[in-house]
Amino acid sequence: MEQNQSNLRRVAIDPVTRVEGHGKVTLLLDEANHVREARFHIVEFRGFEKFIQGRPYWEVPYFVQRLCGICPVSHHLAAAKAVDQLVGVYDLTPTTEKLRKLLHFGQTLQSHALHFFHLSSPDLLFGFGSNLEHRNIVGVIEDFPDLALKGVRLRKYGQQVIEVIAGKRVHGAATVPGGMNKSLTIEERDRLLGDIDDVLGWAADAVALNEKIHMEHPENHGFGRLISNYLSMVGTNGELELYHGGLRASRPDGGNIFDQFDYRGYYNIIREEVRSWSYMKFPYLTELGRDNGWYRVGPLARINNCDFISTPLAESARQRFKAFAGGGFVHDTLAYHWARMIEVLHCAEAIQELLLDPDILGTDLITKGEKQEEGIGVIEAPRGTLFHHYKVNEDGTIKKANLIVSTTSNNQAMNESVRSVANEYLDGNEITEGLLNHLEVAIRAYDPCLSCATHALGKMPLVVELLAPDGRMVDRVAKGSNGSITRTL
Amino acid sequence: MREVFTVSKVRVATTSLAGCFGCHMSFLDMDERIVGLLEHVEFSRSPINDIKHCDPCDIGLVEGALCNADNVHVLKEFRENCKILIAVGACAINGGVPAMRNHFTLQECLEEAFLDMIGVDNPHIPNDVEIPLLLSKVHPLHEVVKVDYYLPGCPPSADAFVKVLTDLLEGKEPSLPKSMLHYD
Repeated sequence: MEQNQSNLRRVAIDPVTRVEGHGKVTLLLDEANHVREARFHIVEFRGFEKFIQGRPYWEVPYFVQRLCGICPVSHHLAAAKAVDQLVGVYDLTPTTEKLRKLLHFGQTLQSHALHFFHLSSPDLLFGFGSNLEHRNIVGVIEDFPDLALKGVRLRKYGQQVIEVIAGKRVHGAATVPGGMNKSLTIEERDRLLGDIDDVLGWAADAVALNEKIHMEHPENHGFGRLISNYLSMVGTNGELELYHGGLRASRPDGGNIFDQFDYRGYYNIIREEVRSWSYMKFPYLTELGRDNGWYRVGPLARINNCDFISTPLAESARQRFKAFAGGGFVHDTLAYHWARMIEVLHCAEAIQELLLDPDILGTDLITKGEKQEEGIGVIEAPRGTLFHHYKVNEDGTIKKANLIVSTTSNNQAMNESVRSVANEYLDGNEITEGLLNHLEVAIRAYDPCLSCATHALGKMPLVVELLAPDGRMVDRVAKGSNGSITRTL
Repeated sequence: MREVFTVSKVRVATTSLAGCFGCHMSFLDMDERIVGLLEHVEFSRSPINDIKHCDPCDIGLVEGALCNADNVHVLKEFRENCKILIAVGACAINGGVPAMRNHFTLQECLEEAFLDMIGVDNPHIPNDVEIPLLLSKVHPLHEVVKVDYYLPGCPPSADAFVKVLTDLLEGKEPSLPKSMLHYD
């Protein structure tokens, strides 16, 4: 806490915890503790879009996994779709298509399970302002061992699906341009099928638990709630689609802004605003403009946007979800958790369907085509619609890359929710750790994936010196008043 | 001289600097074994709890490289507080994928993302007091602090995490069999 020039007091949550990666929240409060400003900053900057330039195109799916260890498969597959186009492949073999889907459902299942059980459930089980020492997965293991183990095993299964297809759980090797690396053996298929009934049961329990939590706490329905637009892919019949489809954007009342839009034209419908206080840009739908065009993505957007789910158990869960809002869209931010578990159930059902499909054991994995200069891949990653766009030189090296990661699309929404919770719960009150955690609960609902630590000790330094353990200076950089960074060693 | 732990529970802190969180994910890939581990280990600062600062600890696990001033602060806090500091994964050990930006200037990377990118509105380079100063180059941990052990892999496997922690808990010098020693 510190005073700044305008006599406002700064309070920071740094780092935001129990999210994948790091961000920080800053509040500016006046003397009566009224919230004047609340911001969620992303302080990660990698420069990926630059340093991928000059690398051979076929390396890309393997690099982009390393953007994120929580949903590496989503980046891998979005990039693989773009790479398929770079090698002129527009139709994969049935086996390849299905193996990629199986991989993606495994990924979504494990990521969602991890988010709920390991990261968010302590808030929902113990209370937003409960004891800090106990408010984590270790506390859940102590108090609810059966529930915690169920969560651990659910995630484990998703990771095992990935491991079978990609060779290892994190940063494996699944795709090749126009195809897949290896086929599935009967033994591998049977091993996964052997556990699927348990997984379906755990997933159904997870939906029931989240439904119960949401229904039994009407006081939380307005928590960080936003009346927003929604964006997601849907299938050709309007069904929930996590792997491939057209883009659908909806207004808060459920009306279409556009539907079945070919994602290869994404740059005609989305622009991204830069703001000085975050490295994460703020996307909006071009036709609605900067102020009104922001939207939400991810489980809540997908379950709201789709007309039905193709698997029976998840569909009946979706119908209960819709009934909660009288058939319209659910705007409660905490309903993200409920929607997320409906997707877990859908993934479990879809994995079972794919494992029982004879095509999944096929050995015809590669399609070839004529090289192209541009490829765009889009997928519904666990956290929302993910865009990968690459242009290549004649020698096959990357010339231009553009990525819009899922969490970026929720940037404005997360900030709106943080402001809403700050005004409702903190305004005018003595700021306590428990109250500050309310802001993190709002952020966690979106399951943001940031991947860089932030940690400010008071004021930001304008000069940083790196000294080796023996005291030798390794690097010295200084920041000028215009933001330019100079190396002064 | 190897540290011999005489406390009932060994205190462990973990953090991710300029990494992708994949090492933390791999740590959690020990699945049900986490329950057994919790009989011998308690956590200080970690992304999986809400403890925001590292307090005096027995073991610090650090994933990721150094790309900004905050990373340096956090690393120093870990080094000051942890008896044993372990560099976990490719980024912590040699810079990994984040260090690929060292082939370009920082200014080139910032301009690509915020000025020259497709569909950018209000192009300018973010420059706010709340945004930590970026380092001109990405550095591995050992260039800035003394590192006691290196756990390689991108990421190291869950088995490798379990093996290293078990060795340390038993007062042994940690070592990995060939099957767990890989750099990918």
